[in-house]
Amino acid sequence: MMNVYVCIGSSCHQKSSYSIMKELKSLIDENGLEDKVSLNSAFCLGHCAEGVTMKIDEDIITGVGLGNIEDVFRNRILKVIR
Amino acid sequence: MTYFDNNVQQLKYEVLSEVGKLAFENELTPEKLMGVANTVIPDGNPRMRCCIYKERAIVNERVKMALGGNAKNPNVVEVLEIACDECPVDGIQVTQACRGCIAHRCMNACPRQAITVVDRHAVIDKTKCVECGRCVEACSYSAIIKQRRPCVNACKADALTIDKETKKAKIKEEKCISCGACVYRCPFGAIMDKSFITKAIRMLVESRNNEVYKVYAIVAPAFASQYPNIPQITTEKVVTAIKKLGFHSVIEAALGADMVAYSEADELVEKGFLTSSCCPAFVRYIKKNYPDLVENISHNPSPMMQMAKVIKELDPYSKVVFFGPCIAKKAEAHQEDVSQYVDCVLTFEEMQALFNAKGIDLVSMEETPLDNASYFGRIFARSGGLTEAVAEALKEKDIPKEEFDCNPLVCNGLSECRTALLKAGKGKLAENFIEGMACDGGCIGGPACLNHSTKDRTFVDNYGKKAVERTIGDAISIFENESKQ
Ligand code: FES
Repeated sequence: MMNVYVCIGSSCHQKSSYSIMKELKSLIDENGLEDKVSLNSAFCLGHCAEGVTMKIDEDIITGVGLGNIEDVFRNRILKVIR
Repeated sequence: MTYFDNNVQQLKYEVLSEVGKLAFENELTPEKLMGVANTVIPDGNPRMRCCIYKERAIVNERVKMALGGNAKNPNVVEVLEIACDECPVDGIQVTQACRGCIAHRCMNACPRQAITVVDRHAVIDKTKCVECGRCVEACSYSAIIKQRRPCVNACKADALTIDKETKKAKIKEEKCISCGACVYRCPFGAIMDKSFITKAIRMLVESRNNEVYKVYAIVAPAFASQYPNIPQITTEKVVTAIKKLGFHSVIEAALGADMVAYSEADELVEKGFLTSSCCPAFVRYIKKNYPDLVENISHNPSPMMQMAKVIKELDPYSKVVFFGPCIAKKAEAHQEDVSQYVDCVLTFEEMQALFNAKGIDLVSMEETPLDNASYFGRIFARSGGLTEAVAEALKEKDIPKEEFDCNPLVCNGLSECRTALLKAGKGKLAENFIEGMACDGGCIGGPACLNHSTKDRTFVDNYGKKAVERTIGDAISIFENESKQ
């Protein structure tokens, strides 16, 4: 099981992390990965000034936005699992 | 620049700051603690009382309270007997302003014939007087006054009496709801709330900069109205300051309030009559005085507990500290169902003392955003806000009026709560939802607010309007997503 966290702390929330969360959720559903990826939220991943922050297992990814979430999904989640 | 509206708060702050400093330095030894009195009350002329020795003795009592007070007494509010000045006030009194007029309205107004006029001056026979106050209203010179001790006056729960022998204030435990009104109102600072700052500081220190576990701060929405007279201190700067104390992050209790409003709306539709459960003093008031109405108290957790629960579910090893304007919250946190989520409750007064202990200057802080909740969760801080939020939730859920017609009653302060509960107990209340707040104005009038200003309400409303999320549903959508997984 891959553990994916999206930060919903104040800074990331203001940079649309709620929408990113929803987008990610539908990408996971579309690709049928519900039982391979556990999607969680976290209050502040400690990189508040660097765009929305995500954590995939132990890796921190910063600078996530609605523009690149699909790339992040394909490269960091889909590729790794397939 | 002062943060407070009276000097008792200032004294409390100074003592808490000194104890806080020692705790941060891990030096809470008996000797160092003994030294606090001399630091706060240096040699020289007394500041407040007859002599510095009495002042220091009182500081020592305050130090004990700063360390958590008498552990055998479950109440979080205690009388500091040595500080109680035994206010010599007794009932109705005729003052020098009595002109010995010829109308004698006072005599005629008295239902007990307790007033006579002797040497052109009204005299009250205390054996007959029942303190109804009619003469007070009748006198054209306002020469007759009704005096009560400020603590007794402040206590709308009827929990304060005067010990007949010692003449000191005494708390009737069976009545006390720990609302803290007396703490704020006693002009001599003789009643104080127990503090758990050293517990919170220990959690911070032992977390080793949030490496061992993370420490989260939840802030009550009344956060927004703590510095109404110091425009250089913004909410965002205070968030930075809290993080500087060593907290991993700061989260709004208002998001918990959004969740509560959302499910309280469902509960209201289902049960048909409900009282709110957000204010712990109001809940205790019902439990102690209207046991028949207990089943009508909303089963929803308070916003504080709700928010802490979410945090603990996301991060089970974390510690959660709540900051608020409220003393009754300290008592709430001692309940078993709550203590599993909330590790410590501190007040805004105590928060300010921690800043001082750490040498943090608020004005020079950078700004850190605080944005978790919707407008509706945020306005819980002031009277009427909870009701607006529940009404909004009913609207967002598209519950038609035919199915449920919400008819709320906003009770601002404990006296209004009592009137509503009396009616509800007799089945004579027209409304079907009671919003009960023990403090006047709601949480912004809480006893441990730094400041009680007429601007508070506007501050909270403006803070509400700054929220990114427009609806309750949007603010809590993130968690619904998760639970559906
Ligand atoms: S708020 Fe997202 S990293 Fe801090």
